[in-house]
Amino acid sequence: MAYPAKYRYTKQHEWVDVNADVATIGITDYAQHELGDVVFAELPKPGATITAGKSFGTVESVKAVSEIYAPASGEVIEANAELHDTPEKINSDPHGAAWLIKVRLANPAELKDLMDAAAYEAFIVEADKTKEASA
Amino acid sequence: MESLNSPTIAELRKTSLNALHRRLGAKMVNFGGWDMPVEYPSGGLVAEHKAVRGAVGVFDVSHMGDIRIRSGRTAGGALAAVQHISMNDASRLAVGQAHYSALLYPEGTFVDDVIVHRLGQDDFLLVINAGTREKDIDWVRGNTKTFDCVVEDLSDAYTQLAIQGPRAIDVLQRLTDADLGGIKNYWFTHGTVSGLKNTLIARTGYTGEDGFEIYVPSDKITSEEVWTKVMDAGREFGVVPCGLGARNTLRLEAKMALYGHEISEKINVWEAGLDRYCKMEKGEFVGRGMLERAKAAGLARTLVGLEMIDRGIARDEYCCCNEAGQVIGVVTSGSPSPTLGKNIALAYVPPAMAALGTVIYVEIRSQKCKAQVVSTPFYKRAKKVAAPQSAAVV
Repeated sequence: MAYPAKYRYTKQHEWVDVNADVATIGITDYAQHELGDVVFAELPKPGATITAGKSFGTVESVKAVSEIYAPASGEVIEANAELHDTPEKINSDPHGAAWLIKVRLANPAELKDLMDAAAYEAFIVEADKTKEASA
Repeated sequence: MESLNSPTIAELRKTSLNALHRRLGAKMVNFGGWDMPVEYPSGGLVAEHKAVRGAVGVFDVSHMGDIRIRSGRTAGGALAAVQHISMNDASRLAVGQAHYSALLYPEGTFVDDVIVHRLGQDDFLLVINAGTREKDIDWVRGNTKTFDCVVEDLSDAYTQLAIQGPRAIDVLQRLTDADLGGIKNYWFTHGTVSGLKNTLIARTGYTGEDGFEIYVPSDKITSEEVWTKVMDAGREFGVVPCGLGARNTLRLEAKMALYGHEISEKINVWEAGLDRYCKMEKGEFVGRGMLERAKAAGLARTLVGLEMIDRGIARDEYCCCNEAGQVIGVVTSGSPSPTLGKNIALAYVPPAMAALGTVIYVEIRSQKCKAQVVSTPFYKRAKKVAAPQSAAVV
């Protein structure tokens, strides 16, 4: 699956799509693939504050629980309600329909250290190599 | 995203099928020091689970260990040794029959659980867990010294494949001259499997479904050849390769114990609810004395099945609480159940809270989530109407 050029990416495999001061946040295709069949997403409610680098929710597959980390600080303005009943969308459309939350950014400058698509794709190739070497 | 249970980097052991799993693109994990497939891209965990419930799936379980115990000069030496080290009554096994049993510490707690196969009057094969292989072998050797028997570690000699599901019999029958329909549940035979003579074929498994486990020579060429033949024979029945992920959800639905979870060196037989595999009347065995006392003293905790009522998935090691928020127990295994579409768990709780319908709260990320005690196993396969009843499964 292609990694949209417009998005920015974290080392914990979240993506961010910024429009003015609103950031849409999701997990990457690499992340959903690592997780396997997603069955549950626990997301913050609108009005909640999230802090860059801190966990703001969890996505669970049949076999594992994964924390989701905030790529930037801000106030949650919307959580993706569709994921309540159809969390498996995170597997099928992680970069689109299965976005997790929208956040009003407190400090957009926090995003400048994130990777662009090319850097992220290189990063996951390295991550896979490390996994191979550890086996 | 960061996995909360990422494997530690270490020198991992590999089965003879490791390269094949990697060629298939399997996601690999560290399981008890073994580099094992957790799921395959061909299906993924849920599809693999459903294939086993509805058709057939194949697992590489070569990481399991095998200990053979044969009599020395005296007939009966092996039986006496097996009786001493395991809790079930091996004297009731006919040649060709197997049963579930366990090796116990003097405290009545678990060294490991095992399947004991009676290969001959004076010849037994114990199939043990991967993560406990060395410990088990040392323990068996140490506790059989005074018996006239020979203990052999055959763990590296076999590639073990589990072919599981209602169509397992159809798949395997294509590859063997043995009459599989004539093998009762928990019995075994020896036959030619894809040209390999004298292959051990057992009607056993760890999925709660009908199925077979076969033991073939562990060299890589033979192992890959047999795997490939099974997959080819299974194609028309919808066979898929299955990883440890599906193996875990399948065994959990069937309430089969996993070492280090439902059973361990800290949990005794009565707590684990494995009474029917523990034959106190057979006479002395390691652990019996303490089990007698434990029975008299009564249970402090007991294993129950839970079904989540609130949204949330109970996971291994999560705390169980009462309504007031006091910790009363712990989850040993928890997962969504692909067959039931519910979130299920096994947990140790005080006997006073073990009655069906009792509300128990599972602490999930500092939130109390409601669950209730339900009957187990969570899943039981439908018995075939015409199938002959096996004489003595336990």
